[in-house]
Amino acid sequence: MSIGNPVHRIDGKLKVTGSANYAADFSVGTPLYAELVTSTVGLGRVTSIDDSAARAVPGVRAVYSHANPLPVDAADFFGAGGRAQQSWRPFESADVRFNGEIVGLVVADTLIGAREAARSMRVQYEEQDPAAVFGASGLEPEDLPDRGLSMGDIEQAMEASSQRVEETYTTYANTHNAMELFSTTAQWAGDELTVYVPSQWVEGFAAGIAEELGIDAARVRVVSPYVGGGFGGKGSLFTWTAMVAAAARDQGRPVKLYVTREQGFTTASYRAETEQDFRLGATADGRFTGFEHQGREISSRADTYVVNGGENTARMYHADAVRTGVTCIHADRQTPGFMRAPPEAPYFFALESGVDELAWKLSMDPVELRRINDIDAEPVNGVPFTSRSLMECYDAAAERFGWSDYEQTVGARTEGDWLVGWGCATATYPTQMGPCAVRIHFDATGQARVWVASHDVGTGAYTVIAQATALALGIPVDSVKVELGDSRLPPGTIAGGSISTASNVSAIEMAVAQIHDRMGTTAETMDPTAAFEAFGQRAIEEYAEWIPPAASRQQAKTLYNGKVAIVGGAEEDYTAFAFGAQFAEVRVHKYTREIRVPRLIGAFAAGRIMNEQTARSQYLGGMIWGIGHALLEKTEVDPRNGKIVNANIAEYLVPTNADVQELEAILVPETDTKVNPAGVKGIGEIGIVGTAAAIANAVYHATGTRVRHTPIHVEDLLPQA
Amino acid sequence: MKSFAYQKPASAQAAVGMVDPMSAAGQGGAFLAGGTTVLDLMKLHVLTPDSLTDVKTLLPAGIEERDGALYVGAGTTMAAAAEHPAFRDRAPALSDALWKAASPQLRNVATLGGNVLQRTRCPYFRDVASACNKREPGSGCAATEGVNRLLAVLGTSEDCIATYAGDWANALILFDTQVEVTGPEGDRTIAFEDLHTLPGDTPAVETTLGDADLITGYLIDLPDWAWRSVYTKVRDRESYAFAVASAAVALDMEEDTIREARIGLGGVATVPWRARAAEDYLAGKTLTEETGLEAGRIAFADARGWGHNDFKIPLGQQTILRGLMEAAALTREGTQ
Repeated sequence: MSIGNPVHRIDGKLKVTGSANYAADFSVGTPLYAELVTSTVGLGRVTSIDDSAARAVPGVRAVYSHANPLPVDAADFFGAGGRAQQSWRPFESADVRFNGEIVGLVVADTLIGAREAARSMRVQYEEQDPAAVFGASGLEPEDLPDRGLSMGDIEQAMEASSQRVEETYTTYANTHNAMELFSTTAQWAGDELTVYVPSQWVEGFAAGIAEELGIDAARVRVVSPYVGGGFGGKGSLFTWTAMVAAAARDQGRPVKLYVTREQGFTTASYRAETEQDFRLGATADGRFTGFEHQGREISSRADTYVVNGGENTARMYHADAVRTGVTCIHADRQTPGFMRAPPEAPYFFALESGVDELAWKLSMDPVELRRINDIDAEPVNGVPFTSRSLMECYDAAAERFGWSDYEQTVGARTEGDWLVGWGCATATYPTQMGPCAVRIHFDATGQARVWVASHDVGTGAYTVIAQATALALGIPVDSVKVELGDSRLPPGTIAGGSISTASNVSAIEMAVAQIHDRMGTTAETMDPTAAFEAFGQRAIEEYAEWIPPAASRQQAKTLYNGKVAIVGGAEEDYTAFAFGAQFAEVRVHKYTREIRVPRLIGAFAAGRIMNEQTARSQYLGGMIWGIGHALLEKTEVDPRNGKIVNANIAEYLVPTNADVQELEAILVPETDTKVNPAGVKGIGEIGIVGTAAAIANAVYHATGTRVRHTPIHVEDLLPQA
Repeated sequence: MKSFAYQKPASAQAAVGMVDPMSAAGQGGAFLAGGTTVLDLMKLHVLTPDSLTDVKTLLPAGIEERDGALYVGAGTTMAAAAEHPAFRDRAPALSDALWKAASPQLRNVATLGGNVLQRTRCPYFRDVASACNKREPGSGCAATEGVNRLLAVLGTSEDCIATYAGDWANALILFDTQVEVTGPEGDRTIAFEDLHTLPGDTPAVETTLGDADLITGYLIDLPDWAWRSVYTKVRDRESYAFAVASAAVALDMEEDTIREARIGLGGVATVPWRARAAEDYLAGKTLTEETGLEAGRIAFADARGWGHNDFKIPLGQQTILRGLMEAAALTREGTQ
């Protein structure tokens, strides 16, 4: 059994009728409203704050700033094993570290009043020139030598090649822009705090808020039952969340903060820009010799955050020698964070563009070049893959696409006024999981309830958890009720690293096995009435803590501590990845050079698929985002003052329906019993990986112009005046 | 958003009497019709009017024949005009330009009176912390050395390179159009081509309208060959995106020879732009890639790039070529 039933989302009706409560929808009596005030300079310090006009706005209760700070401590940075999106507190000093940083928080009786008061704040700065982007003077590179991989003699291997690619690829900054805006609502009842906040990690948020407020984590409850898109942007604790809770305590009233779209661009995390030096050599018959991938990634001054995709690009193909590395480039910017396939989306743009460039140099079909370098064990340490269906994915997608008609000639195909090009690329994502606990209640009426502090970020987690429980118990899906997104529930995993389904299903199967064990039942023969009669109880409840077999002692201990442990990918004794192949057709107008994507076909193999429908939607969503990554999304930073100039969704472009034409995801069957007891690989992120390279490769095929950056725009393909 | 008074008079003429003049800094009062620009800019504090005078239901809506010309009420929504047979069949450029603008939600509420007055999307205009001579005269222009990929290469000055953001006006400018205006002094008409003014050293002044003038309608004189017209819009994505470059083209042709060409440009200029020198060049020519591109070169002969937007010069030339080719390829049957 490899592909699960396409059960419709059990929460679909709630969502389309508007009855699903997202974090900002919860009613907390008569709250006060908070509004952020953000800096208009990119570096420097606040010299004075005149809040007289703000305080004159009717209903204003308080104006907080470094001059009137809230009692909030810094929590440990996520990238250093903590929970917070950055390592410092905005009000801890008068310093301004990046453009759009929080410098004030206004609290008022009404939302409109809070907004008007925030706009009326007169903040004076001593301004300095920031180093905010690649190429600016004053950037601080930090070498991270222990993050690199090395195998064999790279120089010798490059020498031995007959064709080589040596290029620099760059990817621009991207902002998550989930449809659901950021918000926080905080309500105290005595010493007990409830926080409603869109979250991909309720356990970590609760622990982090407690850490920042200096209170017992047991007194903090974080509620986030539905999330309107996360993509990693709601995975680490927001800077403002504990501030809102502190303001609510100070005011003795619930406080609600809506973060505007523009403020979301500057105060939350983002995918930072990268520069990647890439080298790949091959013998005349296409066997790869040397592989080198060195990344440079923008981060903030204070925090070291890198995604370091070389760790995974190095493990994709055969190589005689490997060298990877990463440098953190400290700049006057917000601390970046994870965004869907954090390492793979940018680094596979380089790898898969580079492989295509080499295919052209070798005059080889790019699919065949990948076949020649297909492997059973990753090349760095020689550790075998648990399963690897890369070429099965290529073959399935190639057949559907009609790749047998591919002709490796630039501009070979035209349709009307459009040049047509084809390209392909590999998709992958490490198979990971984390410690996860679950409670299941099952009664004689045949109804089951499942509780886990997991998250449905639009992915279908409610449905998949219900399916897994129903399947394991031997009851219909609609007999299962699921509760998620509450830190008071048994600790689940962060909704990141594509780990939720593998972890949840493993824990559910463990708990259900305990039920069957006690009741003497099996899924195949389950008859609840008879079973409970024989058992002599009206109901049964089981609790299971599932720890991934490869987890270290330390990782196993994270379960009740609000810490993240992600196990998998390239481990000491196994290598676990999901694979896919993406094929793109592009059209480029012969005069004006707009690039459109009339066809995108992906094939993916990711072990056991729990729900064919929600899985396909995940893949398609990733591929659509890949179109954006390739052609549209660009967080534009003004180098002079670090300001993001397109901090709105009219000018920060994502694909519209009209940009998505023929789109297809093929689910390639795969059985992998080694990755985890459930046989599940994660599918949340793989869909975006490789799309940008497939599109860039197709653009080259159409036009003969090799664009080595994302996004690719019309000007990259224009004849010069 | 700053508090403001909302008032709804009984007639357009009464509205003109009620509205407080809006100064360059966005003070005073403003008219409210579709609201898609004014409310957006109020939320950003770029406009902070003391009062909004609602004229949405007071403006004439609809399109009809009048005195041999086409009359378009200023209260007509973009959506209603886009699908109107008079535009679709007689001057498809006027319909195309609307279909390719904004999103369905915006087209359903935005009206054609306000449409031609849509403000620029220059990011420095829209950010009250940035220097902008258009928003705050004398404060400087952050755009000339800033992130200016989407800004203008035609009609610019050292003080302002803000692009005119709309689409429909770039097609409307092809045709002899009278703008009907009501104001404190009564009713008058302005030739559409005279409505917008170049930024020069007064970029805060964008039109020849007075502070309390209200556009009530347009009288468009369509030549009988206007069916051969297109609006070619180059944008980064296929829908809901401002033009990187656009060309409205109408051609009067005899066989392969151009009797008369009219070219309007968008996305590249500070105002709706008529490329008259290129039109003159094309008269009497046979349309080929060479003559089309030469028309483009002529149209952009005086263009100036500002760094990020240098590419708009070759792109604009190519857009004209494409627009000419697409217009020439139209057949009368195909447009009906």
